[in-house]
This record gives sequence, C-alpha cells and structure tokens, in this order.
Amino acid sequence: MDTTLLLLADGRFPSGGHAHSSGLEAAVAAGRVTGIPELEAFLRGRLATAGPVTAAFAAATRQAAAETVALGAVLAELDAELDARTASPALRLASRRQGRALLRAGRTTWPSPLFAQVPHHADGCHQPIALGLTAAAAGLTTEQTALVATHGIVTGPASAAVRLLGLDPYQAQALLARLAATCDQVAARAAAEAGAAPADLPANTAPLADIHAETHATWEVRLFAS
Amino acid sequence: MRPDSHHDETVPHSHPHPDVDPHAPLAGAAEGGRALRIGIGGPVGSGKTALVAALCRTLGGELRLGVVTNDIYTTEDADFLKRNAVLPPERIRAVETGCCPHTAIRDDISANLDAVEELESMLGPLDLVLVESGGDNLTATFSKGLIDQQIFVVDVAGGDKVPRKGGPGVTAADLLVINKTDLAPMVGADLAVMDRDARARRGELPTIFLSIATDPHATAVADWVRHLVAHHQAHQRAHHQAHQEGRPHAHAATG
Repeated sequence: MDTTLLLLADGRFPSGGHAHSSGLEAAVAAGRVTGIPELEAFLRGRLATAGPVTAAFAAATRQAAAETVALGAVLAELDAELDARTASPALRLASRRQGRALLRAGRTTWPSPLFAQVPHHADGCHQPIALGLTAAAAGLTTEQTALVATHGIVTGPASAAVRLLGLDPYQAQALLARLAATCDQVAARAAAEAGAAPADLPANTAPLADIHAETHATWEVRLFAS
Repeated sequence: MRPDSHHDETVPHSHPHPDVDPHAPLAGAAEGGRALRIGIGGPVGSGKTALVAALCRTLGGELRLGVVTNDIYTTEDADFLKRNAVLPPERIRAVETGCCPHTAIRDDISANLDAVEELESMLGPLDLVLVESGGDNLTATFSKGLIDQQIFVVDVAGGDKVPRKGGPGVTAADLLVINKTDLAPMVGADLAVMDRDARARRGELPTIFLSIATDPHATAVADWVRHLVAHHQAHQRAHHQAHQEGRPHAHAATG
C-alpha cells in the first residue's frame, strides 16, 4: 500500500501536472516570487488556502467511493460544491483539465468500475474529485488520499519555481522538507473532515490567486497552462 | 494538386520504403477509426513549423487535417500557421508544456492527447493529425502512446556532424528530414557526409534531404505521409470489418 501511495504522489505520475504552476508563473511575473524566501511564503499561502479545500474534497470523494451506494449523485454534488468554491473561471478550467488528465492515467493504472461514476462535464471533473476516485481505485485510505492532495499542493508549484527561476534544487527540496510537518497537519485535518456533508467542507479562498489566474489566462505568451 | 516537379535529383536522398509497416493503431482507437497521428520533432530552428506549414499547404486540400503545436511560446507556432493562411485557426491547437517540451510529448502526454481528441470531436473525423513538438535537443522523441509515426527534423546549418552524433531522434525516428539543403554551400556542410552518417545510424529507415525554401510543398515528405495515411486507413477498415463479421483479429497492445 505504501508503494501505491508513492506512485500516485510521484511528480512523474503522468497526470498532466508538469504543465501547471498553480499560480506560480503569474506570481513570478508580478515580482512576488523571486527566490526561496518568497517561494516559502507562496507555498505557506497555498497550504492555508487551496490546501485544506483540495485535500478535504479529495478525501471526501475517497470516503464516498468506499461507502456510498448512490455514488454518482454524491460525486456530482462534490463537483458542484467545488465549482462554487472556485471563483476564477480560469482556475475552474485548470482544475477540470487536470482532473481529466489524472483520470486518463488513473483508469489505465488502476482499472475500476468506480471510474464509471465520474461526473460528466465537457472540460472534465475537478482535480480533487478525480484524485479521490483514483485513490479509491488504487486502494488508498482516506488519510493517504488527503496526504497525496496536500503534497501536490506544494510540490507542483515548487517544481515550477525551480524551472522558471532556476532556483537551487537542493534549497527547494530543503524548503519542502521544512513544510512537511505543516503538510501532514493539513492532510490530517482534511481526512478528519472527509465525512462532512459536501456543503460543510472547507471553503478557504485566496482572492489574489484568483486575480493572478485570471490575468495569466489572458497572456499571449505563457509557459504553464495555469 | 500534387506538384511533383520540385524533386531535386541532384541532392542525395533516400526514399521511404513502400512496404514499410506503420505501427498498429493505438489502444482505445474507436472502431470507426481515428486519424493517423504523426509527431514532428527536432532541435530549435530546424524547420519543424515550416514543415508543418508545407504539409498543410500540400495536403490540406486532400486530407482532413488537424495540427497540435507544443512550441514553448505556445501561440507562436499556431500564429505562424494562421498568418500563412495554410490552415484555418479552428484546426490548430496549442499546448503549454511547463518549460518541459520533451515531457509533454514523451513522459506525460495527457495535454497532447486531450488536444488531439478535442480536435477530432470538434471537427468530426480527421485523416491526419500532426503533433509538432517544441524545439528541443537530439534526445527528444515522441511516446508511442501519443503518435503512430514520427518525423525528426534537423538542418544542414546545424552542422553536418548532427547525423553522426545520433541520439534517439536521429537513429529511431520513422523518417529523418535533413532540411535547408540550399544552405549547404554557405555553411560548408557536406551533404554526402550527412547521407553516409544517416545511413550508418538508421539502417533501413528512410531519410529525406529537403529545402523547404526551394520546395515549399515538401514534396517527398508529403508523399511519405500520403502513403502512411492510406496504409493506416486500409488497416482500420480491415479491423472494422473483422469486428463487424465477428472474425478473430488482433487488437493493439496497451503497451
């Protein structure tokens, strides 16, 4: 089970993540992230905003997949609740595109009838829903699912920062190591909330990230999809 | 229109083998068939976009065509094709690669697969989708999960040592195109050396010497592509028929 956890959390798992910076590219262009100290602030911000929401919805999806009979309806509700929590249309699209890419990889890696329950949407289902379903298909626990989600919240933009800013990769890894305990806490809290009604799941927001995402989507030249 | 008059017999070249067997259709292909997917890779500035434009120019009138471009500056390649009016904008998709052009065509192909499938579902059945990689180095190749056949484009001005250096693009691409032959005298490149080295590296795999500047229809490459499309469609028809009649037949491995 631990190896399965590592496979799904691995940045090399082909789920389209490499093309997304989770707002980092826009923050770099705005001059807000130029080195390791600002990257740390950016990632701590992610852990306080997107982290709890993403992890709770992934964990709730995983839990529903294990326990619910009318799974399709619950997944559709979770997807709609997450849509309501994502104010920026650009971020909605980025989340749905990443969800679709993750399902493409998850379906082949861990085949399961669960994938037939995916909520239908032209752009795909939201990434945390896709992650919860894939984790359930892979046999991961709710706690492990929340951990994969939280891990992705920081490792994705950290990797983008190394590529965009040419940061020292050892310093970037040292930063991730310093954030590990906070990641664990965010994941544990999300797993504990997984049984709540979808409407009661966390709804933290980051207005500046929303604004950055909308601006980023209008750039003629960009290296990352979000 | 098939402008066959551009074929320059004074330039050393080899022809594609007429019996070359393209890869089996990819897993997940609809029974009704899907477009042949050809990847076009190669170093920065070797002429990938120019080749895509040439193929659109030559084949756009006879084949249902789509293009996915992965250039690092995302919209630039697509804009080049639109500006040159070789393909309507709705037939071109640009994909962002997060500073990793090779990852997007080899290790994590999801964004490219999405783009190909969106083109097919939006435009209806297509005969051919060209997937152009962002400019990369000699080690970049396409995943077989994304494309059926791949063309690697290098150019004479990059130095006549390039075929000898090898790398997966030069040694294993289904077609090697050596572009800008018109520049050979100006950069002191020996085409005979490139031809000899390409043969040594590639064995039976075909190599085409080309100058898109003097042959804007990339005639020999277009002929190679036509042959593949015909072969792919015949293969899919046979497969579909076997399905209809319930005969046993091989399915593509999921790799």
